[in-house]
Amino acid sequence: MSTIYILWLRQLKRYFRSRSRIIGALGQPILFLIALGYGFGSIFQKAGGGNYVEFLAPGIIAMSILFTAMFAGIEVIWDRQFGFLKETLVAPVSRVKIMIGRTFGGATVAVVQGIFVLILSYILGFRTANLTFWRIILVIVFMVLIGLFFTALGTAIASLLEDMQGFQLIMNFLVQPIFFLSGALFPLNNLPKVLTFITEINPLAYGVDGIRGALLAGIHFGFAIDFVVLGVITAVVLVIGSYLFSKIQI
Amino acid sequence: MPIIQVENLSKKFKDFSAVSGVSFGVEAGDIFAFLGPNGAGKTTTIKMLTTLLHPTSGSILINNFDPVKNQSEVRNSFGIVFQDPSLDDELTAYENMEFHGVLYKIPKDLREQRIEQLLNFVELWDRKDDFVKNFSGGMRRRLEIARGLLHHPKILFLDEPTLGLDPQTRNHIWDYVKKLNQEEKITVFFTTHYIGEAERVANKVAVIDRGKIITQGSPQELKEKTKTQSLEDAFIELTGKNIRSEEASTTDHMRKASRLWRGRR
Repeated sequence: MSTIYILWLRQLKRYFRSRSRIIGALGQPILFLIALGYGFGSIFQKAGGGNYVEFLAPGIIAMSILFTAMFAGIEVIWDRQFGFLKETLVAPVSRVKIMIGRTFGGATVAVVQGIFVLILSYILGFRTANLTFWRIILVIVFMVLIGLFFTALGTAIASLLEDMQGFQLIMNFLVQPIFFLSGALFPLNNLPKVLTFITEINPLAYGVDGIRGALLAGIHFGFAIDFVVLGVITAVVLVIGSYLFSKIQI
Repeated sequence: MPIIQVENLSKKFKDFSAVSGVSFGVEAGDIFAFLGPNGAGKTTTIKMLTTLLHPTSGSILINNFDPVKNQSEVRNSFGIVFQDPSLDDELTAYENMEFHGVLYKIPKDLREQRIEQLLNFVELWDRKDDFVKNFSGGMRRRLEIARGLLHHPKILFLDEPTLGLDPQTRNHIWDYVKKLNQEEKITVFFTTHYIGEAERVANKVAVIDRGKIITQGSPQELKEKTKTQSLEDAFIELTGKNIRSEEASTTDHMRKASRLWRGRR
């Protein structure tokens, strides 16, 4: 327990100490909410989609969790480059605990960032009528699941990379497509078949659906499916990640 | 039964042999020096002994355990001070020490007591709440050493521990290590290219060059073998007069880039 706790605490300290990173990471969500939310708002309304800012905000919250979590996972590469990874790798603690500690830390940080964006979207005009205590819990649950999954995924990928050279590749060919093809920006109904298929195998789509369903009325896949899909793949990636992590050689 | 037993150990990186066919044994309670010029294979050997790298061939027993098969038993047996930095820059000196103490399951009271004692010892106690990123090279080195001494393992690996430190600090640290060796019966395995250090501190020396062990024995035996006056002469006699160069790794390039970037902000 103490191992997991100290690794978790380290992630949190690093996050809260880098204020510029926290604020910097709010820039993109603001831009998306204003440019897309208000830019496409009237078209979306005319097409019968309702209020676009309302529709978009849950997607942007999910996006910021995705980015923060992935980055927290990828940080393993930094630790490797700056030597700190050696310190954890020679320690007599199980690799699974290291993996869990890091993942919990990254997920916590990502959820905090997601909550910042939620507050921010309120300031920018996002409103929801039916916020009850249980719905807030539900929102947090899905935030945590997204955070856990993508931190674990980032860590697993980072275990395979030696330096930051592959980072651009991951951002452009994995993280960006996951975001843009998740239903964060558009409704999942009546899409071309290929796109429907892609969204159905996109983990973030279930997270966005869960958060949107909890904040607003209407859900695409259903809470149970969202929860089970995210829960199962998070567990799988944690296992794979622990294995890859234990295979790291320096 | 030696506490470190290495037989015919080799490590190949693609077609480059970093270590080839190295064998040696270290008795429990010894202070063993691995002496060699830059790029001789010292660090690669230490990485294999400490589970960080798998050997290409050969066998290792650390405290009777195999670093490939019984990783956690091996990790439980040793402590290490690395040659290159391994501190977290975004944490304070105290937090770095505490992180280590928790990972090695040192009980809280003992942990706090030892952290204070060791930080005082390396004269960093008054800087304990400063971030490591604000530390000079020498201060980082001292903190790394203090952290490596925090838990008292069976075997202590020191990879070029005193590189870049002034003679006073070096003496100070070696006195402490010798004391640990005598009082707690900790076996010490260290690499160095300061010959004076090996001569003064170690009771056994192995000279390694180009991935192979050239000779081993007590400092006295080595001098007799090469018919030289000092270990330094013996060392040069054995390894030749050519100056060695090491290629910079990607890590070095990245560190340099990051320093530039940080300087600009």
